[in-house]
Amino acid sequence: MRGRLHRMLHGVSASRYSAASTLLLLAPLLILLLLAFYLPLAQFLSRSFMEPTLTLDNYARIADRPIYATILLRTFRTGLIVAVGTLVLGFPIAYLMSTLRGWRLVVVAAIVVLPLLVSVLVRTYAWQVLLGRNGVVNQTLEGLGIIDAPVKLLNTEFAVWLAMTHILLPFMVLPIYSSLRGIPRDLSQSAQSLGASWPNVLRHIILPLSLPGVAAGMVLVFVISLGYFITPMLLGGPTTMMIASLIGQQATKLLDWPMASAIAAVLLFVTVAIMALFQRVLRLDRVMGNG
Amino acid sequence: MASPARPRRARPSLARWLLIGVSTLILLFVALPTLIVVPVSLSATEYLSFPPQELTLDWYHEFLTDPDWIRATMLSIQIAFVVAILSLVIGTMAALAMVRGLGGSGWMSVIASAPLIIPTIIYAIAILLFFSQLKIAGSFQGFVLAHTALACPYVVIIVSAALYRSDPSLELAAMNLGASRPRAIWEVTLPGIRPALVTGAAFAFLTSFDDATVSFFLANLSDMTLPRKMFENLQFFISPVLAVVATLLTVFTLALVGGLSIWQSRRGAQTTIPTE
Repeated sequence: MRGRLHRMLHGVSASRYSAASTLLLLAPLLILLLLAFYLPLAQFLSRSFMEPTLTLDNYARIADRPIYATILLRTFRTGLIVAVGTLVLGFPIAYLMSTLRGWRLVVVAAIVVLPLLVSVLVRTYAWQVLLGRNGVVNQTLEGLGIIDAPVKLLNTEFAVWLAMTHILLPFMVLPIYSSLRGIPRDLSQSAQSLGASWPNVLRHIILPLSLPGVAAGMVLVFVISLGYFITPMLLGGPTTMMIASLIGQQATKLLDWPMASAIAAVLLFVTVAIMALFQRVLRLDRVMGNG
Repeated sequence: MASPARPRRARPSLARWLLIGVSTLILLFVALPTLIVVPVSLSATEYLSFPPQELTLDWYHEFLTDPDWIRATMLSIQIAFVVAILSLVIGTMAALAMVRGLGGSGWMSVIASAPLIIPTIIYAIAILLFFSQLKIAGSFQGFVLAHTALACPYVVIIVSAALYRSDPSLELAAMNLGASRPRAIWEVTLPGIRPALVTGAAFAFLTSFDDATVSFFLANLSDMTLPRKMFENLQFFISPVLAVVATLLTVFTLALVGGLSIWQSRRGAQTTIPTE
């Protein structure tokens, strides 16, 4: 519609593709996503309502069993802890990046971004090496005389928090950096030359102006962490199960597909609801180059 | 302290040094776990040890001569290669349609980017259920289909961003000179965004090659992808061969991304100073 209006107003121009060629170009992606994404997803999620006939029983079962609430709450708590952890570690880095130029900025940015591309299994393995009974951390602490015997670090919630904070850090640093980069450099310099102390500059200029980035980072890290599967499974213990492992367990070990489907639907609803609620903060449309 | 010769640059204050110190520690925290696999892979002892007492390449030899590891590696490379090509073609076509056809319509980008937003665990279970009915769970085609669905959004995002920056009138100029639309796209538009195409393909390759979650559910025990085999090892018997695989994966990824960015910056330099 807009295309036609545009053409009527501006005369016939070939700057836009015709509807037919647009559709032809889109068709492979639409067919692929329909067959290998939307259809499987719809089928799986519909199992929660359809077993054996139209029912909400599976959702009632989630509410009945306290273990599900426990796992759900643990997943949210983990997400919150990881979001705060990445904020504490990510803010100084993002602030430092906003003050750097040239090759220094490239080096810091590379250190922050590159781990994103390294396999999650490699990083999980590295944490096993570091946190194991005879791992680097235990050996160092023993060598320094801080502890007498190895401390159990692996297969604990702490290991999961640490590794997830490490993996998700870029998702916090990048949004904060992009909001801090918008602050004119002279602003804090002139505030300081007018006599403002450094803590005051931080409190009245840096922190308020970084808030959009902080909010985007918190939401992003929290939402991504909810669905984490590999890291909690390999670094956590049997008592630290999170919602993603629960879905996998219900589907492949207990073969309770309707239950797996209901829990997945809850996870999906929470994820999409948070994304929709904070859509303005996240600027997803901008990410898609649509701004 | 000397008097400030350059008025633009404030004297590094105590707060500045504090920031640099704290940030360095955090950056070490970020970088070290990725790098620690290298010394472990060279360690002579059977159990995990750091720092290594004695250096050896034995584990590299063991990896290269173990048919199971090699088969898993080759399978993953083949899948990722097909996924990269398919995603590049499908994603680029869609990006052209979205930018030059729809003018960046919102609903289409939501449809196309959904695979990035949905928790991978949900998709993995859904595709396992779906592919089991079609009897292609764990097959080559199954992996390619699932990974291409996950990788296409990256290509769409990267290529459409490049298309927004490129000038559509070049395509029109080619058409005014008599080229058909497909030929104008092929010979003018696409060469103009070549860096984005290469980056998109590389992202698609890595998305497939590093996928652990979908592989975990789809793979059967006879045809394991590399991430699935690594997972098996992580869970049951951790041998130094795993450190070798981790090291090679990391070096490969960093080389790929590093090479790409060097190529692109040199390409950028070439457009300003044509030397060819």
